[in-house]
Amino acid sequence: MLEDKDRIFQNLYNDFGVDLTSAKQRGDWKDTKEICGKGREWIINEIKASELRGRGGAGFPTGLKWSFAPKEIGSRPHYLVINADESEPGTCKDRDILRFEPHKLIEGCLIASYAVNAHKCYIYIRGEYFNEGQKLQIAIDEAYKDGLLGKNSAGTDWELDIYIHYGAGAYICGEETALLESIEGKKGQPRLKPPFPALIGLYGCPTIINNVETISVVPTILRRGGKWFSSLGRPKNTGSKIYCISGNVNNPCNVEEEMGIPLKELIEKHAGGVIGGWDNLKAVIPGGSSMPLLPKETCETIKMDFDACVENKTGLGTAGIVVINKDQDIIKCMARIARFYKHESCGQCTPCREGSGWMWRMLERMAKGEATRDEVDMLLDVTKQIEGHTICAFGEGSSWPVQGLIRNFKDEIIERNKFDPIVKKQKDIPYLVDQHLLEKENA
Amino acid sequence: MAVKKISKVQPERFEFNKKNKETADSVIKNYPSGKQQSAVMALLYLAQKQNDNWIPLSAMKYIAKYLDMPYIKVYEVATFYSMYNLTPVGKYFFQVCTTTPCMLRGAYNLVDVCKRKISDEENRLSEDGKTSWLEVECLGACVNAPMLQLNEDYYEDLDPIKLEQIIDKISNDEVPQPGSYRGRLSSEPENTRKTLIGNKNA
Repeated sequence: MLEDKDRIFQNLYNDFGVDLTSAKQRGDWKDTKEICGKGREWIINEIKASELRGRGGAGFPTGLKWSFAPKEIGSRPHYLVINADESEPGTCKDRDILRFEPHKLIEGCLIASYAVNAHKCYIYIRGEYFNEGQKLQIAIDEAYKDGLLGKNSAGTDWELDIYIHYGAGAYICGEETALLESIEGKKGQPRLKPPFPALIGLYGCPTIINNVETISVVPTILRRGGKWFSSLGRPKNTGSKIYCISGNVNNPCNVEEEMGIPLKELIEKHAGGVIGGWDNLKAVIPGGSSMPLLPKETCETIKMDFDACVENKTGLGTAGIVVINKDQDIIKCMARIARFYKHESCGQCTPCREGSGWMWRMLERMAKGEATRDEVDMLLDVTKQIEGHTICAFGEGSSWPVQGLIRNFKDEIIERNKFDPIVKKQKDIPYLVDQHLLEKENA
Repeated sequence: MAVKKISKVQPERFEFNKKNKETADSVIKNYPSGKQQSAVMALLYLAQKQNDNWIPLSAMKYIAKYLDMPYIKVYEVATFYSMYNLTPVGKYFFQVCTTTPCMLRGAYNLVDVCKRKISDEENRLSEDGKTSWLEVECLGACVNAPMLQLNEDYYEDLDPIKLEQIIDKISNDEVPQPGSYRGRLSSEPENTRKTLIGNKNA
């Protein structure tokens, strides 16, 4: 278990207060000038040495991402964009950083902006986090007043301005290029890549986009050294991470732990165990709703880091752990997730626009036992038609949880839906009907 | 994709009040010159606040002129994002999160309370005309589930009885205290905190 002194987010539970003075007492804004004084190369190399991987879900190495930004500012300005559009079901870590550790984020913005040559930074906060955004704005104002932002930010001679941009309730804007579209004042539909945002991003300018948690850990890494960070966890899966444990546990919570902590330890020790005891566990979604669920057997042994999750055919994602116990109907739970994706599909790519609705309606019927045994394979086929055939990763995000359900609980679905194909009985086939005819208004 | 309905009853004119005009102008300055379109989301939000929690078409036209962009582009944005209400909603607007993490902890019991105490249907005003409710997707407070958003505030760790009390207060125009309804101040585990112990006693 991670020792308290190695926890980066000392104020995760707001024991100290969030104002600048108490943030400074915790060590924020210490030696920021000296850190930047060591130069861009040093900062990027140190982050590379720490093996920090992005905390927003994809786990892309942060140092590598920063090194993609052009070394010199050319004719176009550079931008740093912070993704605080936290909307992955099961995830609520960025919210706590915004409201309790805003100065870690702001300091991280300064260092990252310096490293990627950006004079402007936009923080994209989901619209529902209005109060959290207001708290962050107070912290930004404090930082301006104290000379930590502005013309000569924290004495680094670097000019930086930070602006908050509120979203308005679109999950897809957490996808980095959709987020850029949204900042540009358009509807949030993802862009084709390449060109990658590091070269052509916001307003067609080089843009680096990072998650809140990623940027917030940067100052501490640079103060304590990349080596310290990489000594936690195991190679390629280093450092600490905020895990969010929700669902059927006795004490749902956020907790910062070492990368690679066993899932069972997180649930049993920090979250007070599964409601009804460990044997009452049905399945766990390990990384936000986009990641395939894990059956109980795997939960006994799996360690929570990027590579271990991939080995177990799932992903760490955002580390939003949703615990589902045996009192729940697992098919219904996944049908609800499918409804989420149907609601949030941006409608740009046909496989996702239509397929997300197909998956939802088929799962709803399977939950009620109204599907046939053949339809399980048909559902799997639908997920395969979506996966990999869309512009952004939403296609994977919506089909993986369904694939995970079928992989692990196929028997249970068939048990409930075991009659012959309805075509034989000349019944209607609801999933072939235009979806708009079936949905409630404003569904 | 969500289907958005536009209100049949529309006011003829819309204009920002003085304060919102100032806010709008300062928001536009956050973006590079010539990129004022970026402010459209913030301006729509201001219009919504000014106009009793919903955006009429005249406001979209006004914003289009304000930002020197085509009206249809504003319409496109307003219809894409779910937080813009294009039909009137209650002065007190309950948005109940029912996505899986909340559902696992009984979010549909809260929906039942809303159906019983506010109105049978989503988006229909209560009898006193002050309140309406809506089922929404994940609001990002999963460890404090089940929860809902009332206007801008989060009400967390709810159960049906507490929600009934909240709705009762609202019908007397009293706004209850937002936050956790089990006394939590953050997302720390209740009772069994195992980390940052030293800080707790600090």
